[in-house]
Formats: sequence, structure tokens, C-alpha cells
Amino acid sequence: MPTPTEAAGTQPSPAASSSADTPVIEFVDVEKRFGDNVVLKDLNFQVARGERVTLIGPSGSGKTTILRLVMTLEELSGGYIYIDGQPLTHEQRGGKRVPVSKKQQKALRTRIGMVFQQFNLFPNMTVLENITEAPIHVLGQTKAQAVQKAHSLLEQVGLPDKADAHPTSLSGGQQQRVAIARALAMDPEILLLDEVTSALDPEVVGDVLNILREVADTTNVTMLIVTHEMGFARDVSHKVMMFDGGRVVEEGHPEQIFTNPSHERTKKFLGAVLGH
Amino acid sequence: MEFFEDWPGYFQVLWNWSDRLLDGLWVTIQLSIYGGLLAFVIAVALGLMAGSPSLWLRAPARVLIEVFRGISLVVLLFWLMYILPLLWMYNPGLPFRGIVESTFLLGVFALGLNYGAYGAEAVRASLTTVPKGQWEATTALSMSWPHKIRRVIFPQAWALMIPSLTNLWVHLLKGSAIAYVIPLVSDFTAQLNQLRRPTDIWFSHAFIGLVIYFLLALVITVFMQALEARAKHKLGRGPSLREILSPAPKAVIPETSPAGQPQQKSTAGGER
Repeated sequence: MPTPTEAAGTQPSPAASSSADTPVIEFVDVEKRFGDNVVLKDLNFQVARGERVTLIGPSGSGKTTILRLVMTLEELSGGYIYIDGQPLTHEQRGGKRVPVSKKQQKALRTRIGMVFQQFNLFPNMTVLENITEAPIHVLGQTKAQAVQKAHSLLEQVGLPDKADAHPTSLSGGQQQRVAIARALAMDPEILLLDEVTSALDPEVVGDVLNILREVADTTNVTMLIVTHEMGFARDVSHKVMMFDGGRVVEEGHPEQIFTNPSHERTKKFLGAVLGH
Repeated sequence: MEFFEDWPGYFQVLWNWSDRLLDGLWVTIQLSIYGGLLAFVIAVALGLMAGSPSLWLRAPARVLIEVFRGISLVVLLFWLMYILPLLWMYNPGLPFRGIVESTFLLGVFALGLNYGAYGAEAVRASLTTVPKGQWEATTALSMSWPHKIRRVIFPQAWALMIPSLTNLWVHLLKGSAIAYVIPLVSDFTAQLNQLRRPTDIWFSHAFIGLVIYFLLALVITVFMQALEARAKHKLGRGPSLREILSPAPKAVIPETSPAGQPQQKSTAGGER
């Protein structure tokens, strides 16, 4: 495991300006409980700039919760998350754990994009409006800028003629491709992919994964991926982390994890998913 | 049918009284429209506050909702009519004197506050029925709270809250009949009370009153159903209003129109 000891006692200085060496995402002693149910406990890991990390493991192992914590969709129960070296939800000040300002959280959050399992496109807007809404009103881009970018993104995801369509008239695969374009329109440093193909028909899964492969190949965006598509995980990611019971059981290069897992739990899990 | 023997004469009376009845009807319509608009504004404001994450907005909203929902309309009218003006009586310098001096406006306020408090619950509840994924997507796009409410959540909640608001508006219309107790305001019910004297209560209230209030409620219902259809169409569910209202199915039109005249068709469309 990375940085097992330094995290526990000493704090990385929040004031440290982000340099090339600063991890884009850093979890320090992260804990997440839902009531009495401890989902994540003493979780420490780092993701470097441009790194693509896939989280695998059985349902309920806390993978999705990690993504949701980074997106601030869940409250952190304990510990710290740093984005580019800056605290996302809480920081240590005078020996106490205090919440960061809303302003800082917002500033950091605009660097993070997320694609959901259920797409979550806005049904009251056209495809184009879905993509341009946040760039115009959150990032302050001009309409012309945002629309131009949206069209090129729609081109990229293979839906150049669907700009004026309504989300409800699109198939699941098409909706998910729009959702990817919407997330990319914000120029995120970090892209969170939460089981993006789980709700899709099997025959369109490949299309969506190919688009994401292309994004991975052509950009330097840091990706945190939760998926059951092991082939995709193997192709795209630099690192695979195997979770069970809220802890990292094993992590390593995808080649090593998939062909020669060292941990018994990983072997069992991969055996089940890959059907060996 | 002995019962109806006098009715031909009653219709003659009705004809003679028609001006006064129409005046009363107009007052009732104004009370319902202004009261309904005020109630809607209050409902949206309090509903959004009650559904906001900030305790500083939520707590006062809850208090206001419970107070104005709990006070009966007659009692509220009484307070506005007889207690509130005392403030101006003892402090002649206070602004907005015109409002308390207009009994009609006080009636509008009473209706707006009372039904607005009910409506606030409908607004708040419909906000919570917008799927969680929609809220999460707005967070993932870093939208501010006012921005996400205005552009994403409210337009979806709108379609869900319309049936409840329709109910409340019809209630408000009927509640406006309480205005006959307001001095200097003669609404439709007040005029019906007058009409009763030369006729009888069966003719004035049970017949004329029933028909007119029913028709007014029907107008509200149809109008709100049109709004609901439009709201649903905007969310990609159901046909557009134009499709609902068009007498003939669309597909028939090209066949019946003479071939090779697309230009004529487009100008005709422009004129409309």
C-alpha cells in the first residue's frame, strides 16, 4: 500500500502548491460510515497526474463510495481527501479537523467530472443544452464557445446529428455517450467513471468503452474507474486496486493483477468475474 | 312539478339582476386570479426555502407554513381586516397605508397566505420527487443551488406539482366565497345572497351558484391540464399541446393538401 505510515501522523501541508509531483487525488485515513455500517476504514492511496486507476471488487466493497466521496456526493465521516494537494472537504487546522470553505470546495469540484451508471441527463433540455449548460453558467464560457465545443464533443462520441434531440428520445448507449460529452465539456482534470456500462445493452457496451479508450489515449485526464468490464480495465488503466470490505486487498499493474494476482481474495474474485 | 312553478319568474329576476351578478362574478374571478398568483409566489418561495439545505432558510419557512396553514381563512381575514389596521391607526406614518385600506387587497392577501402555505408543501414535496440522480448530476457539474433549482430541478418538479396546485386553486376559488364577509367587497356569493331575497335559496345558491362555481372550477382545471401537458411534453413525455388540440391527426394533412405546394403551406403557417 502506498504511504502507509506518513499519512497517519503527519499531515501533508495543505498550503503546498500543486506541482508535478503532487498527487491529483490523495486519500488520507479516509473513513466512511452509513450509520453503524463502516464502508471505508483507514483508506490511504494516491493517484498521480494523468494516471488511470480502476477499482475492482465485489458489490458493497466501497468502490463506488470512493468515487462519490471525490465528487462530494457523500459526506466524509473521517480523514481527508486532497485534490491537487488542497483539502476537498476538511482540513487540519490547529490540531482540529474543520470543514473547508464552500468556495474552496466549489473551486476544486469544477476540476472533477463524473459519468454515472444511469446517465442522469437533464430531460428538460436538449442534448446540446445538456452539454453547454454548465460550461456557460458555471465556467463562464461564451455561448458560441460552448456550443462549438459541444459540437466537436458530439462528433467525438459519434452523435453529431443529435444536438437538438431530447434525451428521452435516445437509446441508453446514446444517452451515456452524451453524458460523457457533458462531463468532458467541463475540461475536468479528473474524470470519475461509475459503472458507466452497467445499465447498457450488451451490444452497445463496446461503443461506449471505445469512446472512453479514445479519451484515455488522446487526453491526459486522470481517471478513477469503477467497472465490471475487466477487458476495458486491463486496456485502459495504469493501476488496478482490488477492494474488499472497505480495504485495498491488492494493487498493481493490470497485467500483474489479471494474470498473476498474489492475493487469494483477488484470485477468487477474478475467477468469478472472468468465469475461469 | 310544483317546485319549479316559480322559476320562469325567477329567470326574469335573474335577468334584471344580471349586472350585479356579473359585478360579483368579476370580483370572484379577480380574487381567484390575484389570490392564486400570490399563493403561487408564496408557495414557490416558501417551498424552495423549506427544501433548501440551509437551516437559516428552512426554519423560518417551516414556521410560516405551519402558521398560515393552521389559521382558518375566516380568522385570518378577521385579523387582516380589524387587527392589522390598528398598527396604522396608532402609527399614522407607516407606509403601505393603501393596502390596509383596500379590503379587496386584504382579501387577496388572506387567500394568498392561506393557500400559499398549503402550496408550499406541494412545491417542497415535488422537489424531493425529482430523481436523486438529477441532483447528483448538477453537483457533478458544480452548479450552484439557485442555478440547479432554476434550470434543472424546478422545471422537472413543475410537472409533478401542477395537479396539487390545480386542487389548491379550485379550493381557493371556493374559499374566495368567504369574501362575502368582507366589508365593501361584494363577490359572487354576496350577490347570490342578495338574489335569494326575490327568488329562493334553491334557485340562487343551489342552481345559479352551483353552475357558475362549477364552470369557474372547470376553467381552472382545463387551463392547468394544458399547463401540465405542456410541462410533460418539455420533459419528453407525452404529446405537445398543439398535437393534443389539433382536431385532425397530423399525418392526414399532407394527403389532403394539393401536391407540390409546399410554399403555400409554409405561408399559411406563418399567418397563423
